[in-house]
Amino acid sequence: MADLKPVRTYLGMPLYRPKTAFFELSSCEGCQLQLLNNEASLLDFLSLLDIVNFREAMTEKSDEFEIAFIEGSVTRSDEVERLKEIRKTANTLVAFGSCACFGGVNQMKNRLGSEWVKKEVYGDHPVESGFARPLEDIVTVDLKIFGCPIKKKEVEKIIINIALGKAVVHPVYPVCMECKANENICLFDLGEPCLGPITRGGCDSWCPNSRFGCWGCRGPADDANIDQLREIMKKHGFSEETLRDRLECFGGFSKYTEAFRKNPEKKKEGK
Amino acid sequence: MIFKVIKKEELKHLFDVLAAENRVVGPVEAGRDSNGRPIYAFDQVSDFNNICLDYTTTKISAKRYFLPYQEDLAGFRIDGKDWHKKINYNIESPYIFFGLHACDINALNKLDKVLLGSVYPMPYYAAKRKNMFIIGLDCIPQPYCFCRSMGADTALHGFDMFLTDMGGQYFAEILSDTAFNFLKNIKTAEPAYADRMRYIKIIAEKKRKFTVRVDTTDLANILDMEFQSDVWKQWGEKCLACGTCSQVCPTCYCYGVEETVNINFHEAKKTKMLYSCNLIDFAQVAGGHNFRLKRDARLKYRYYHKHRGFVEAYEESLCVGCGRCGEACLAEITVPAVISSVRGEES
Repeated sequence: MADLKPVRTYLGMPLYRPKTAFFELSSCEGCQLQLLNNEASLLDFLSLLDIVNFREAMTEKSDEFEIAFIEGSVTRSDEVERLKEIRKTANTLVAFGSCACFGGVNQMKNRLGSEWVKKEVYGDHPVESGFARPLEDIVTVDLKIFGCPIKKKEVEKIIINIALGKAVVHPVYPVCMECKANENICLFDLGEPCLGPITRGGCDSWCPNSRFGCWGCRGPADDANIDQLREIMKKHGFSEETLRDRLECFGGFSKYTEAFRKNPEKKKEGK
Repeated sequence: MIFKVIKKEELKHLFDVLAAENRVVGPVEAGRDSNGRPIYAFDQVSDFNNICLDYTTTKISAKRYFLPYQEDLAGFRIDGKDWHKKINYNIESPYIFFGLHACDINALNKLDKVLLGSVYPMPYYAAKRKNMFIIGLDCIPQPYCFCRSMGADTALHGFDMFLTDMGGQYFAEILSDTAFNFLKNIKTAEPAYADRMRYIKIIAEKKRKFTVRVDTTDLANILDMEFQSDVWKQWGEKCLACGTCSQVCPTCYCYGVEETVNINFHEAKKTKMLYSCNLIDFAQVAGGHNFRLKRDARLKYRYYHKHRGFVEAYEESLCVGCGRCGEACLAEITVPAVISSVRGEES
């Protein structure tokens, strides 16, 4: 795939076209699927990367890569080993999507008791499955791409900046900024809870655009005032449980919710 | 100024004349809140019946039509060895604003001072502002309206015509010849003595309906003196730093510019995005230094820009008292409450 294309340039300068691999741990692979979704720019997008490993899109495989995009959380011991192996090869390791960044939806089970969860899901055919952990619990993560799922447009922008050698920056402001720019009716006015005021933007207020309150999939904004949102939720008649359900849904707010902190397996290993 | 009276049923004809060849923006019902109260928004309208002329205040100002939240400023395209510049002021045809309240007209007048009256006028704003036709509309003061305190409850200029509801008819102030010419298409009448007296009475009644006020006496000085006041910290603790106040404000014009390269690497552009001084990286500069890392400092400077800095530069405040920021703020930070706390008044 790599050698067939001429080196692309921008203003006469050759673009950095890294050998790139996509991997998935425990996940729905929805983030990778998002990458293949926008057909209008798909060929341009694929030409920016020298993709050597992408199970969802191609059959060829190679273990030589510079950038590794890893989707999913770590729930099994073989995944720990695999992740460490990937880390050894990759110059840049990207946590791709909320599962990789925070544990994602998977980490909800951490609070439920693993034996009960196993029984519910697998019945009489149990498999090994422990706590769901974000990648950075095991290895050093160089870049996080937030979202459940990721936003293709944002990933395109990040890849363009990598190709140009520009810094990759995330929005630091909460979802409200984009929600207001989209002139949505505030979910609180509609009597719905919403984590928009504390959750990192960049999603173009994807859920509130459909009158669906934010669940915080991108984790906290840089200056998230969670104590104040707790007051606001109370004032609007929502229980503490409603707030906690949302804060705990994707794991991005684990610093603020005690259950995840009790996770005994959480320690850093590897590179 | 020319004054006319217009029968209510004639207004639809005026709308049809205007809408035939122009884009009309007016207040519409965007939805209902959980208590069943209507939520108003400015939107493009093609049917007169969709306009809510008895609207209270829209949740969000009309600024996306003259200060878009996001706007491409300039770009280029590489074409072989050649390249082309692209600059577009992003106005294809004029906008008719059908039913702006006085606060929103005054907001435009304030923006004009900054964006048109400065040494380097902003062409993107000018192009839109010069291609506007504004029909103002009187209103009933709401519990959050303090436009009267800010001297913005009546508009003296910045519109083409202004309507005041007098029951079966409108009292019309006509300011531009464009408006005068449009009105030739519908039936109007000279205001009789009784009409004029009724108009005066309605205006006087409106003034009595304000329930909230902001004391602006010596406010610029008081803000100067109370720079270190503890009240800023209290408000800062509540602030969500979400930028909502700036986004809904009709006069907040601060922005950032981002340069992006298209995925095909043949094109690049500069995009402007309205930003808020309450966001954490508003005062972050090269090297990562941040002059306003704390929420209370950022919130304070928003008030200083509106009620002190702008007053010193233009002898008027950059706030029109529409009350939108306070209504939209989930933490219930309102201008009257903040100013009164700085003044040391019990709330």
